[in-house]
Amino acid sequence: MRPLPSLHRWLFGRHRDEQWPLVLGQRRIFIVPSAAGLLFALVLLVMLIGAINYDLSLGHALIFLLAGLGLVAMVHSFHNLFGLRLTPGRADAAFAGDLARFPLQLENPRRQQRRALDLSLSDQPVVTVDLPAEGRATIALPCLASRRGRLDPGRVTLATRYPLGLFRAWSYIHPSWSCIVYPKPLRTPLPPASPATATDHRQGSAGQEDFAGLRPRQISDPTRHIAWKAVARRSDEQALLVKQFAGGVSDELWLDWSLTPTDRDSEDRLSILAGWVMLADEQQACYGLRLPGQQIAPAEGSVHRANCLQALALYATGEAQDAA
Amino acid sequence: MRLRQRPPIDQGAVPWLLAVALATASPHAENLPPWLSLLFAAALLWRAWLWRQRRPLPPRWGLALLVLGALAGIAWHYRSLLGRDSGVAMLVLFMALKPLEMNTRRDALVVVMLGFFLLLTHYFYSQSIPTGIWLLASCTLLTAALIRLHGGAQPLADIVRQAGLLLLQALPFMLILYLLFPRVSGPLWGLPQDAHAGRSGLSSEMAPGSISSLILSGAIAFRSQFAGEMPERADLYWRGPVLDSYDGLTWRSSAQQTGRPRSAPAIESKGAQYSYTSIIEAHNQRWLLALDLATSLPAGATQAPTLEVLAREPVRTRSRFSFTSSVDYHVSRVEAAAILQQALTLPEALNPRARALADRWRSRPPARIADAVLSMFRNEDFHYTLQPPLLGVNAIDDFLFGTRRGFCEHYASAFVFLMRAAGVPARVVAGYQGGEVNPVDGYLIVRQSDAHAWAEVWLAGEGWVRYDPTAAVAPSRIEHGIVAALPEGEPLPGIVGLDVDWLRQLRYRWEAANNAWNQWVLGYNPQRQREILSRFGIPNADWQSMSASLAILCGVALLLVTVWTLPRRRRADPAQRAWNRYCTALARRGVTRAAWEGPLDFARRVAVERPHLAALTSEAARCYAGLRYGQGNSEQLLVLQECVHRLPARWRKNA
Repeated sequence: MRPLPSLHRWLFGRHRDEQWPLVLGQRRIFIVPSAAGLLFALVLLVMLIGAINYDLSLGHALIFLLAGLGLVAMVHSFHNLFGLRLTPGRADAAFAGDLARFPLQLENPRRQQRRALDLSLSDQPVVTVDLPAEGRATIALPCLASRRGRLDPGRVTLATRYPLGLFRAWSYIHPSWSCIVYPKPLRTPLPPASPATATDHRQGSAGQEDFAGLRPRQISDPTRHIAWKAVARRSDEQALLVKQFAGGVSDELWLDWSLTPTDRDSEDRLSILAGWVMLADEQQACYGLRLPGQQIAPAEGSVHRANCLQALALYATGEAQDAA
Repeated sequence: MRLRQRPPIDQGAVPWLLAVALATASPHAENLPPWLSLLFAAALLWRAWLWRQRRPLPPRWGLALLVLGALAGIAWHYRSLLGRDSGVAMLVLFMALKPLEMNTRRDALVVVMLGFFLLLTHYFYSQSIPTGIWLLASCTLLTAALIRLHGGAQPLADIVRQAGLLLLQALPFMLILYLLFPRVSGPLWGLPQDAHAGRSGLSSEMAPGSISSLILSGAIAFRSQFAGEMPERADLYWRGPVLDSYDGLTWRSSAQQTGRPRSAPAIESKGAQYSYTSIIEAHNQRWLLALDLATSLPAGATQAPTLEVLAREPVRTRSRFSFTSSVDYHVSRVEAAAILQQALTLPEALNPRARALADRWRSRPPARIADAVLSMFRNEDFHYTLQPPLLGVNAIDDFLFGTRRGFCEHYASAFVFLMRAAGVPARVVAGYQGGEVNPVDGYLIVRQSDAHAWAEVWLAGEGWVRYDPTAAVAPSRIEHGIVAALPEGEPLPGIVGLDVDWLRQLRYRWEAANNAWNQWVLGYNPQRQREILSRFGIPNADWQSMSASLAILCGVALLLVTVWTLPRRRRADPAQRAWNRYCTALARRGVTRAAWEGPLDFARRVAVERPHLAALTSEAARCYAGLRYGQGNSEQLLVLQECVHRLPARWRKNA
């Protein structure tokens, strides 16, 4: 619990920010003396007492200079944030247990550099960035994706102690961003391919093992299918050749919820399914996904993989399933 | 909650912090025992080597042992750990060893703060111009170290420039504070009890209540150390200003009128001579509070015709003076006529009853008259109290025949008045009486609460003879001090009884806090600050006007610094502004240029969506693109601006 929740809400509890780029104005910037600043003030006080007691005129001058330095440092800390322009980007999906990264673009419109800007999502590691004069930088804010689903990283804290560490100026930015967190893949062997729905005559033969010829490479062909020997032989040719395999109509590989061990809990079963998806994708298999009440038709490629993993990520989270 | 982690120190900042240690501590080498300077140099070199080799820092227990050993060395060298010089030595020791356990940014901050402290201690030894320049240089270095510590790696020139900029902006604040910060003249623990009593100590006049306000202060007036024996407590009369002019209300020193140069007063010492040294706290007056009567004076001091010892300049800082005094003496058997005349002057037409009483004694010998007054004080219903009733215009009459309650100033004043009225030269002497011996160091400590006033009478053939009428009323005041003399129930100066209930305690505390506030906030207008301020056209500056101007000027300076560092918004160039106006006008008609859309793309889209604007827009876009991305010339700018004007005026409104 925070003390004085209503005060806290009044001060910091803003709605999500909608207008981008967001320009940090004075109403968004908070500034308080840091622990070092309080120590500095205490040191100055003790020094002042000493200077008075020993009647040190230069001592007074030193103390007053340092007091002025403290005030000036406050202004500089504030200006290190003031006028900064921020634009959030779209976060890529991550696996549970990994770090999700939320991109944020910072733009410094003024002609002085800004230094030592500490950015962090709540309770997450801090990223420190310097901005050159009239420069910009895009940083990826790490956020530990602890469980599958949709991850809302909360607000960003943008803080700085530059230049002297005597003050901490900070601001909160709360973009309405989120990312999909896939279940942590659990590596288990793939289930056996089931006969294709339209059962054909080529039972039992895996579609990637029967060499059928060469053809020019399409952009979507995996590199491992490139027929390097053939390419080397025909070095004058522009196009790469790929090996074509028989078995385009192979058995359908169904990654089915019901094939997962029933004695595991549902999160483990989703993890097993995610592991299968990863494995099947690595083997460039054509696979479909069956979840209770949901089915993704067999296909292959990275878009398909993302669809499957997203379905697993959002399974039974209450979010509408658009990929079906 | 946020993670509470101590950020480790940036290794690149280490040389900066070592430079801080070197710059702030090395000038002390001439005042330090050589072994400590060597230890300092060795520790710094060791740390630098560790940094260079990227080795781990030594274990803490080792450093602790080193600190303990060095502290013992300092204690042995200075015979104490409490003191200015040993304090500086300890700071240097910490500055030497702290870098060896500098792991986190917080440790580094401690080094910088130690550096600030060490800078201050330089001024114990020197406040010359080079030291002042060194101040700015080392402040720049310390600021730069802080910037490096918090700003990460950056070019040296950037760090120094930023530090210089910060200090440059801090300078106005320093000047304002230096000029206007209500100054306190040190030491802090010798402050006046009452802001209206001016400076701590006696003043050159004695108005009703001026001594009693002094008496309530436990602040130290001076300390004395006797070379040999000390006189009896009852003989400890420390002479301050001689007040020989009376206007019916206030006794004043007439030194301005009679203080012309004169040969030294004729002193015939009868008894032992006492040699002693006094450390007098700053009281901003010239008198040196010698024991009555000084026979040899410190260098530069003079003895006034009225026998008080005067320094050449007012005592503005705590200073040390040596005297020899005799407590049994004859002085000025032959006295100047002007001084005797001054010692007989009384205001006309005041205190008729006292005059009548004195007239009856006129025929007696002067010594008998004095005895008569003292026996009156002793035998009639007179009381000693620090809370006397108020007196009217005829103050002496009211006191002698009415209230009969008062303390030294009343008794001395009445006594001298009666003597003068009876035709005997007499004067009031203000000063201190008594003191207490501190058993620890053997110094006699005389506090403001020992302030006293007594009388001197000139007797033909004997010279000036001291009479203390207070002693007649309250002998214990002279023999045991003020606390013993006061009746029960009166607040005791400096000492509060322990058997009071908690509510009274609380009230005393509250009053003390109020008092402290008055002293700290209201009380300090040291003369020099006044002089300077009046030169700047602020005569009679009080703390309110000083603080107000301080706040206002600091606010203005802060505002200026803020504006100075405000991010300068770049004004868009004319081509950009014209293009923006054109696009804004079109947006108002429903064709909004997307942020990513280049001018030519936009013109193509406009041509599709608003065919009637196709030609104009393509012209504008072509000009803008030429200005922005091509060579660009002034003609294109004119054409672009012309395009804006060719749009209907109502679209351009407020654009």
